[in-house]
Parts: sequence; structure tokens; C-alpha cells
Amino acid sequence: MNAHLPILPVLAPFVAAVLLLAMRDLPMAARRWIAVISVLAQIAITVALLMAVAGGEILVYRLGDWPAPWGIVLVADRLAAWLMLTTTLLALFAVIHAGDGTDRQGRHFHVLFQMQLFGIAMAFLTGDLFNLFVAFEILLIASYGLLLHGGGPARVRGGLHYVILNLIGSTLFLFAAGLIYASLGTLNMADIARQAATVAPENLGLARAGGLLLFAVFALKAALLPLFLWLPGAYANTTASVAALFAIMTKVGAYALLRADTLLFGPDSGALADLYEAWRLPLALATLATGMIGALAAPNLSRMAAWLVIASVGLLLTAFSADTAGIAAGLYYLPHSTFAAALLFLLAEAFKRRRPASADFFAPERDLSRHALWGGLFFFAAVAAAGLPPLSGFLAKLMILRAAQWEVWVAILLAALFGTIALARAGSALFFSTRTVEPPPPGAPALLVDQRPGEAADPPSGPRELAAIFGLVGLILALTLAAGPAARFADTIALQLSTPELYIHAVLGGSEK
Amino acid sequence: MEALIALSIGVLTGCGVYLVLRARTFPVVLGLTLLSYAVNLFLFATGRLVVGQPPVIGGGTYTDPLPQALVLTAIVIGFAMTAFVIMLALRARAELGNDHVDGER
Repeated sequence: MNAHLPILPVLAPFVAAVLLLAMRDLPMAARRWIAVISVLAQIAITVALLMAVAGGEILVYRLGDWPAPWGIVLVADRLAAWLMLTTTLLALFAVIHAGDGTDRQGRHFHVLFQMQLFGIAMAFLTGDLFNLFVAFEILLIASYGLLLHGGGPARVRGGLHYVILNLIGSTLFLFAAGLIYASLGTLNMADIARQAATVAPENLGLARAGGLLLFAVFALKAALLPLFLWLPGAYANTTASVAALFAIMTKVGAYALLRADTLLFGPDSGALADLYEAWRLPLALATLATGMIGALAAPNLSRMAAWLVIASVGLLLTAFSADTAGIAAGLYYLPHSTFAAALLFLLAEAFKRRRPASADFFAPERDLSRHALWGGLFFFAAVAAAGLPPLSGFLAKLMILRAAQWEVWVAILLAALFGTIALARAGSALFFSTRTVEPPPPGAPALLVDQRPGEAADPPSGPRELAAIFGLVGLILALTLAAGPAARFADTIALQLSTPELYIHAVLGGSEK
Repeated sequence: MEALIALSIGVLTGCGVYLVLRARTFPVVLGLTLLSYAVNLFLFATGRLVVGQPPVIGGGTYTDPLPQALVLTAIVIGFAMTAFVIMLALRARAELGNDHVDGER
């Protein structure tokens, strides 16, 4: 069993997706159970994987038993397992939230959801550049379907930008992969790292161009500064469950940047070493600033959450630009920022449901029922997203500041200030500014495409919504309480990343080509 | 032959980039298609251009089989994505009432 462990996180969601597609005539309740059980199984597999690699082992799975660098390999190291754990935990609460009726607004929600997890898992685990391209395409085409789930003009408009930009990104990825194959003669990531050290001078320009094109592609996925404009429109207008899951999508881009930075163009890559050095930190800081300015200007909570996702990518890559300690701090910040962003998206949806006149816009509205509960939850989410004490966001920011140079401090602290102001403004507008309003005439209810005549309708805001929100709150609390072990584990990940020879040796063995 | 291939890739990419920057969805879709043709030719050329040789490792010269496999994968994915973006463009035309990429006028 252990020999096949690295492929199980990829296979489990794929099998679930095929099952769900084959059994599309089952009642919705049964399909929801299959989806939740599949995600629970993925969490169990990921925990097993994490235990297997925690000691520093790097598991390599050769597909079809073809030896690397000729065959495609899956590689599970500490970084991949850590990100898989973040993804699967997030997916659990996103899928629970979707059970609140969201999954009825279009066909095949759960199929697409599992395919999305399949693509993300493959992106984290693959050790081959072209296979990474395929993984990106799988997660993208699933995300197109999820993004447009439920339909409506706003979603289609945001979705059109997202799809076209990502198709251009895919083309660039192919150009980059082609350049790297033409200059280095391989697409296996470990082998690229090995060949990069001895690249012939006449191929150096091609290899550098390929590497920098890759940077552009990953920056588009991560929503780094000039390439982030697709994000607010797409994330703010999609359904909350999908937006919550998409909180991990920008992190896939950040992961790919980190992997390329430490492995492909790491310190041992000769003339290609530190290829991204000049671009990484300035773009990350500019992204952080832009995200916070966008958050200040946002007219409603879901758009503010989308801008905060951009800012969190900026902070994450700022951390990755520092040394090993910075990478460790960033890896502790990554799950926190993912969960906090997802929580904000779910809360924005909760306010949309409960504020009939102005939805989640910062406009006066009648007093929310159970305002202490919702106000408390929003306060918690805001503290987490702004990185204030005592939650894990503060601890993560502290670690990033300790690792960063003091010039960076100004930017990080100013961004924290702007984030706090933006969230405080949001909170006071949502909760303190009340007025009596005429409830507007009820609009057309969401079209329930996947509802059969005999099936009972879901209650408008059932217990699943609160379960998902409290689940994410629990994850942030757990990350805060277990900060010591989590940060120590992040340290070991960064240590493993700083010695890419381990990865190369695990994939290729000792054989010199 | 190298000059002809390079020229084809360059012209396809140039036309593709120009069309992608247009404001209507149909030219954008055509531009994406041209870009994917360009990248397919480019991938083909990354294994170096060889004429009349088998694509397997034998004695003497051979054509590199890997780029051919990559191109095949890229073509399949490109077809699927083009089909999707055409459907999306039609849906946007129906929902937004026009074919502007920003949904205005």
C-alpha cells in the first residue's frame, strides 16, 4: 500500500468524480454524501502521506514504472503533502457549504468539484513540467465550470475574462515548456535542475527565456501584480462555496513559483541560478500594496475578500523572497491566509442572504437577526484576515517580519494598517449603520436546475452554512493553538527545499547522465 | 526549412496576439486558435527539424518523438478549450446582450 501512496491523493477525487458522473440520477442527498466521503477519504490519505514524508523521505511514484527522466513521476515531499492537507481541509468545508442548495443551481456541481481537487492534487504532486501543464488544464477547465455555476450576467462577464486570460496563459506555458525542452533536453523537473547546471552557452538564452516565461505563467495563476485583474471580478461574483475553494487556487501558482525557484532555478543551477531574484520581491510588494488599496476601495464584502486574496499572495511571495526562514514563515502563513479568505467569502454570502435590501454592500440596512453571532464571526474573520493578535495571522506576520529585511517591514506594516482600516470600515458599515428599510419585493429565486419534482427543497440557510463557517473558524483556531508544531514543520519543509539535491537524488537516483 | 517554420510561427503568433487584443469575443476566439496553432508548430520544432527519419532511437539520426507526443496532447487540450470558449462567448452574447469582452455596448 505504501508503495502506491503518492498516487492515491490524485486517484481518489478522480474516482469520485467518475462515480458521481455515472450516478447522476441518484437523489442529491446521496451525491452529497459521496462527495463528502470522498473528501474525507482524501483527508485521511493526505494525513497518511504527511506521516510518511514527515521524516524527510521523498516518495517517488513512477507511472508505468518507466524510470525517470523518461517516464512521468509523481513526487511527494513535505511541501506537497503540506499543501495537499491545506487543500483537502478547505475542500471539506467548501463542499459542506455547497450542500446548502448551491449545488442545485447548475448541473454536475460535485463532479466538477472533485475534478478540481484532482487537478490541484496532480499539480502539487507531479514531478514533470509537461504533466504540470496538464494538471493546470484539468484544474482550470473544472474551475471554468465551477466559476460559471449558477449563471447570471455578472458571473459570465467575470468568467469570460478569467477563461480568456488563462487560455493565453496556457499557450505561454507551452511556449515555456518548449523552450526548456529545446535548450535542456528534458521536462522532468529534477532533470531540468541537473541539466541547468551544465547548460551549453549557446542554449543559455533560450533556457533563460523559457524560465522567465514560466515565471509569467505562474504569476498569472498566482495573481501577481500586472496579471491580477481577472481575479476580483471572477471571485467576487461566483458562488460562495466555489470562491472559498478558489482561495487555494492562487496558492497553486505560488507553489509553482516556489518549486521553480528552489528546484529548477535553485542555487545549484549554475548560470540559471536565482533567475527570478530580480522580479520576485518588487512584484510581491507591489501586489501587496495594490491588494490593500483595492480592499480599501471595495464597495462590498465579497469584492473586498477578493482583493484581500491578492494582498495575501503578495505577502506570501514577499515571505518566499527571503531566505529559508522566510520560506518557513510563508508556509505557515499559506494555510492561514487560505482559510481566512474562504471564511470571508462564506460570511459575505451569509450577509447577502440576510440583508435583503443591500446584500453585502456597505450600505445601511435593518438590524441583522442574531447580530451578536454574525458580528462575532465577522470580527473573528476580520482579525484573522488583517493579521492582528491573537490569531495565527499575527504569528505568521511576526515570523515573516523576523525573516525579512527591515526595508520590507515598512511595506508589510503599512499593508497591515490599510487592511485593518478596510476591514474596520466594512464591519462598521455592515453592523453599526442600521435603518428601517422596506423589504424589497422578493426577486426571482435562484434557478434550481438540479432539483427533481419529488425532492424536498433545501431550507434557505440551513445548518450546513454554520457548520462550514464554524469549521473554518476551528481550522484557524487549531492553526493558532498548534502554532509551535506547525511552525516547526514549516521549518523542516523549508530546510528540505533549501537542499534540492535530496529531491533530485530521490527522482533520478545517483546515475549521472 | 528553418526560416519557413520560424516565419510561420512568427506570423501566426503576431496575428494571434493582435486578434486577442480586439474588443469582440469572436476575433478573440480566433486569436486564441491562431496562438494555439503557433505553439503547436513551435513545440514541433523544439525537437529540432529532421526530414525523413524514423521517430525512434535506432542507428544514426532519428526525429525526437517526445515533441510529437507533446503536440498531440496540446492539440487535444486546445480543441477542448476552444470549444469551451466558443460556448462561453455565445452564452455571454445571450446573457449580456452584446459580444463585447467587457459586456458593454
